[in-house]
Amino acid sequence: MLGFVIQRLLQAFTVMMVISFLVFLGVYAIGNPIDVLISPDADQRIRELVIRQYGLDLPLWQQYLGFLKRLVAGDFGRSFVFNMPVLELILSRLPATLELTLAAVLGATLLGVPLGMYAGYRPDGLASRLIMGLSILGFSVPTFWVGLVLILTFAVALGWLPAGGRGDTAMLFGVPWSFLTLDGLSHLFLPALNLALFKLAMMIRLARAGTREVMLTDTIRFARAAGESEWTILSRHVLRLIAIPLVTVFGLEFSSTLAFAVVTETIFSWPGIGKLIIDSISSLDRPVMVAYLMLVAFLFIMINFLVDIAYAALDPRMRVRRA
Amino acid sequence: MDHPFWRIWAEFRENRTAVVALAVVIVIALVALLAPLIAPQNPYDLAKLVLMDARRPPGYIGSNGYMHILGTDAQGRDLFSAIIYGLRISIQIGVLAGMVALTFGALLGTSAAYFGGRTEAFIMRIVDLQLSFPAILLALMLSALLGKGMMQLVAALVTAQYAYFARTAHGAASVERSKDYVEAALSTPLPAYIVVFRHILPNCLPPLIVVATVQIANSISLEATLSFLGLGLPPTEPSLGMLIANGFQYMMSGRYWISIYPGIALIVLIVAINLVGDQVRDQLNPRLKR
Repeated sequence: MLGFVIQRLLQAFTVMMVISFLVFLGVYAIGNPIDVLISPDADQRIRELVIRQYGLDLPLWQQYLGFLKRLVAGDFGRSFVFNMPVLELILSRLPATLELTLAAVLGATLLGVPLGMYAGYRPDGLASRLIMGLSILGFSVPTFWVGLVLILTFAVALGWLPAGGRGDTAMLFGVPWSFLTLDGLSHLFLPALNLALFKLAMMIRLARAGTREVMLTDTIRFARAAGESEWTILSRHVLRLIAIPLVTVFGLEFSSTLAFAVVTETIFSWPGIGKLIIDSISSLDRPVMVAYLMLVAFLFIMINFLVDIAYAALDPRMRVRRA
Repeated sequence: MDHPFWRIWAEFRENRTAVVALAVVIVIALVALLAPLIAPQNPYDLAKLVLMDARRPPGYIGSNGYMHILGTDAQGRDLFSAIIYGLRISIQIGVLAGMVALTFGALLGTSAAYFGGRTEAFIMRIVDLQLSFPAILLALMLSALLGKGMMQLVAALVTAQYAYFARTAHGAASVERSKDYVEAALSTPLPAYIVVFRHILPNCLPPLIVVATVQIANSISLEATLSFLGLGLPPTEPSLGMLIANGFQYMMSGRYWISIYPGIALIVLIVAINLVGDQVRDQLNPRLKR
């Protein structure tokens, strides 16, 4: 197991290096690095100062080393728009996104797995067809449009819930959270629902497909022959057998939900990192773009790493084969 | 009647939902193809737009003398025409991106399976890596880096999606590669690329076609999302996503139609494509065969 962890850690490190190189190439070498570091309003004297300070007159490989050094030191530069260190800016926006993402993924899993298992258990029932119809819809309808319809229905037409913002927040561990206040929860509900629908559809489909296949296996036939109740079969055997792919998907979906949060946050003006990156792209705030890219890549690689480890813990065959 | 195509069609026909969905896809494709003949107005002809007609509700009879059955947008565009033309752009981009990604991905996947060894490990490692990143994030970053435009957008979509094709092609081709008929073909003096193109690739097509339908729907949805976020096409060629984005600011004041109708068109298209894809996938999945 330890060998497996070390191997995976090395792999994660390599990937992170490759991505840092690609980001460097994409933003520094293809784009104009001066634009990345200096505000367009800066005068000539400052420009030359920064060019020398950041070594933009050096050969490319030296520049890359410098880029890496600054990354490791956590120096992503300053945002032109907010005029504060980028790292600080992103970290201040991160809790809002994490809160939204967690609410969405948890909701989708807790609801989607039972629904999907039921649809797989009784594939021809009316309720199952309804569930699958809904899941196809949730899968097909673009997130941003669902968001619009949610706002139109619950905020504009019915006026039940607020259309945007985070609402009141309460402090926990020195960070403001919305889910701790009633007003914050009412603000959280619509965006979380919006973000959850796609995941919900996916969880339903995966759980259904898994259940359908597992129900046909000998395990279930023997369990039935042993006289176990259908409920025990579903909750003990089927759930355990379909758990492995679900855990993987849960992890991977968590990170892709972080990515989709970009859309939801923009629509509901939720002040997380997703909204920040869209604003930065339209205002050409490049230091923020670079930092966001690196941070999300880092999160992804960490999550993939953890999923791999969880996988190995759940399925001993994985350890033997890969390590 | 024994041609494989007819057998597939006979099974396909049993699922009525899928048949309806296929009909919807065909009708939408035809409407988009014949857009200039069907649309009452050319939405890109700025000279034809009358600002007085802007933001009118569905059913309004404009100064041009005909009824705007779905209303007009903020520039006084007839929404019905704009949607038809928007569908055209969306489908164009979706199909183009899907086909390029299919070609590129299939080539990569089959060559990985053919060469084996380190080449295979290297290619598939990259593909797996890319699959672990969500397509939307890649497309978002690429279109931010490349700038606006049709080609930039297609490039971003292809980069975000080719990996799915590569994975599928690799899986199918690895199975074919180890079969006797391929070994037999390879032992003849035929050049390897002919064996790959004539023998291996055609047998990998069914799963690739399934992935292609899903990915075309995904490209269309992704394009709409990017355009909605202001990162897709330039505003001179409003795709469905941009129409929806333009209407968003008016929605709060109750002018719902500018966003809602293009959205419905988009969803009908995507859902129909996905339903067709679902049926084909179920038909090709041997594990569901009784």
